[in-house]
Amino acid sequence: MRRFEVRDCGRLAYGQAFALQRELVEQRKRGEIPDQLLFVEHPHVITLGRNGHSENLLASEHVLRSSGIQFEETDRGGDITYHGPGQIVGYPIFDLRDWKRDVTAYVRAIEQAIMDTLFGFGIESRREPGATGVWTDKGKICAIGIHISRWVTSHGFALNHTTDLSYFQYIVPCGLSKPVTSIEALGYTMDRAAIQSALVNELSKQFFVGQTSVCSGLQPAFNMERTI
Amino acid sequence: MIDVVMPQMGESIVEGTLTKWLKKPGERVERDEPLFEISTDKVDTEIPAPSSGVLQEVLVEEGKTVGINTVVGRIAEEGGGAAAQPEAAQPEAAAPPAQQPPAAPPPAAQPAAAPPPAPTQAAPPTQPAAPAPAADEEPQQQGPLSPVVRKIARERNIDLNQVKGTGAGGRITKADVEGYGQPQAQQAAQPQPAAPQAAQPQPQAAAAPPPMPRGEQAKTRLEPMSNMRTKIAEHMIMSQRTSAHVTTVHKVDMTKVARIRARQKEQFQAQYGFGLTFLPFVARAAAEALRQFPIVNGSIEGNSIVYHNEINLGIAVALDGGSGLIVPVIRNADEKNVVGLQRAIVDLAARARSRQLKPDEVAGGTFSITNFGSFGSIFATPVINQPQVAILGVGAIEKVPVVVDDAIAIRSVAHLALTFDHRLIDGALADQFVQKVKEVLEGWTDAIL
Repeated sequence: MRRFEVRDCGRLAYGQAFALQRELVEQRKRGEIPDQLLFVEHPHVITLGRNGHSENLLASEHVLRSSGIQFEETDRGGDITYHGPGQIVGYPIFDLRDWKRDVTAYVRAIEQAIMDTLFGFGIESRREPGATGVWTDKGKICAIGIHISRWVTSHGFALNHTTDLSYFQYIVPCGLSKPVTSIEALGYTMDRAAIQSALVNELSKQFFVGQTSVCSGLQPAFNMERTI
Repeated sequence: MIDVVMPQMGESIVEGTLTKWLKKPGERVERDEPLFEISTDKVDTEIPAPSSGVLQEVLVEEGKTVGINTVVGRIAEEGGGAAAQPEAAQPEAAAPPAQQPPAAPPPAAQPAAAPPPAPTQAAPPTQPAAPAPAADEEPQQQGPLSPVVRKIARERNIDLNQVKGTGAGGRITKADVEGYGQPQAQQAAQPQPAAPQAAQPQPQAAAAPPPMPRGEQAKTRLEPMSNMRTKIAEHMIMSQRTSAHVTTVHKVDMTKVARIRARQKEQFQAQYGFGLTFLPFVARAAAEALRQFPIVNGSIEGNSIVYHNEINLGIAVALDGGSGLIVPVIRNADEKNVVGLQRAIVDLAARARSRQLKPDEVAGGTFSITNFGSFGSIFATPVINQPQVAILGVGAIEKVPVVVDDAIAIRSVAHLALTFDHRLIDGALADQFVQKVKEVLEGWTDAIL
């Protein structure tokens, strides 16, 4: 993997984004396009993964409809989740044959990129053993669900930026009864564009220039020094 | 018949959950057409058919978790190919769906030629490629043993039947045999949420060393580093590896600055809303010296020297409770007076501690200052903040008796320590630089606040 294209799709319905991903995955498999990274913001939608348990949906479809929330079943990994305005959804369409044929390593690398991005804004986050995603002391801040076909990835991550967290009350996110949080809820005010560009930067460190996250060059990611 | 097996989707993966059959038994499938889906750790993967034919039977139902290389189904090829797939590994099915590795030694793998037994409980095979060597029916050993494990066991006279394997499929790893007889707090790479202290040693043979008595206080405690700590660690080592660190220390008479500070402190607080410390004086003096010696404000790129036209001062800020440090940057510091510098320092330090800095406020520094004196240190040897080539450390300011014109006087004295990269800066230049800082600080007049 040497190069990837970033597309900011803006506000896009889940179904449309899904169709776009499918199309790009096919093109990627045929080698017609380089790796892709899509950024999307979905209108309110609750999605259930292939492994999902519909009992983790706490509201009836009727309640959802009257609240203006779509419900979609989808083919990504993971259980149930919510997407909505203020969330930064990233869909990497990467051919892992150019990187590592390892789905676990892929998920860990996505998590690392998210953690490094947050760290750049001063937010400490971490992994929770057995619970894929990125976590802070106040709860889960980023959900991950992936689909792979012939080593080409689709779906991806959903990072809560200014997400209205009350929408998570309709579900048991990922089947885990743990709190969710957002960048805003942690008390940080940040520009969506700045976060997206930091994500691009960190993802390229993970997938396109080897694994090192040590800063180099004239613009170190972080200035660090001993004592004080 | 072609065996369809659970593929290995990554190095550390020993099992997968079959989530969906995309074809029904009796249905035709083309080679490379998606046949079933599996799930591992939030990743759903479509698995293509290994060959064209008719899906003859489905051995693993949807929702079942099985070890890698487990045969999950069979495809009948056109023309009724009889030969078994060579790489089709041991016919085994339905490993325990729980995440626990098998507690008992797994039954030895069947040779590939053996007739397929009815689905029995078997552990995932340890190695994806080579079929495990067939062993006696007696569960003597837990999968193949590496030469290292055998060697350690021989040297330490350890009965391997007593060692609990934590590797793939219950295999005994080097760590297992090395840690045998010691209370193990950690489990190896298995993704199970094992409570650290839960792992009890296996029942011991009489001759085996007794387990540590329970209830004894643990001598160590393991805690993962925070992300910031990992970054600091990486950066420090990278810096030490990159630069030829040399530290030079000069004594500076801060009496004049101390007097100005004492006189102005209260007025400063009233007028600007923040106090006046020594740091902006040092920053001001450093900016002056950097203007005179631009190479100290430079960096190295390949075989070139980069001279930065801006003087961007990094100020090291310790975060609460030793949780880390961060170096926010005062841009164009040479264009600011003491008031402006103090304002910037107060603002950046407060926002660093409340984690409110923006990314560009911690990037682009060309020189750094660290004020370890505020913690009582006389002098230290700071590590350069890459890709810069020097860092100035300010020691504690103390009133000491000094000899002035053959008389003893009381003066406020500080030690300034400059760590410089000897690749680019020679000692003479470094000392001239610090002398310039000293000259500015010692010759301070009220006019240049």
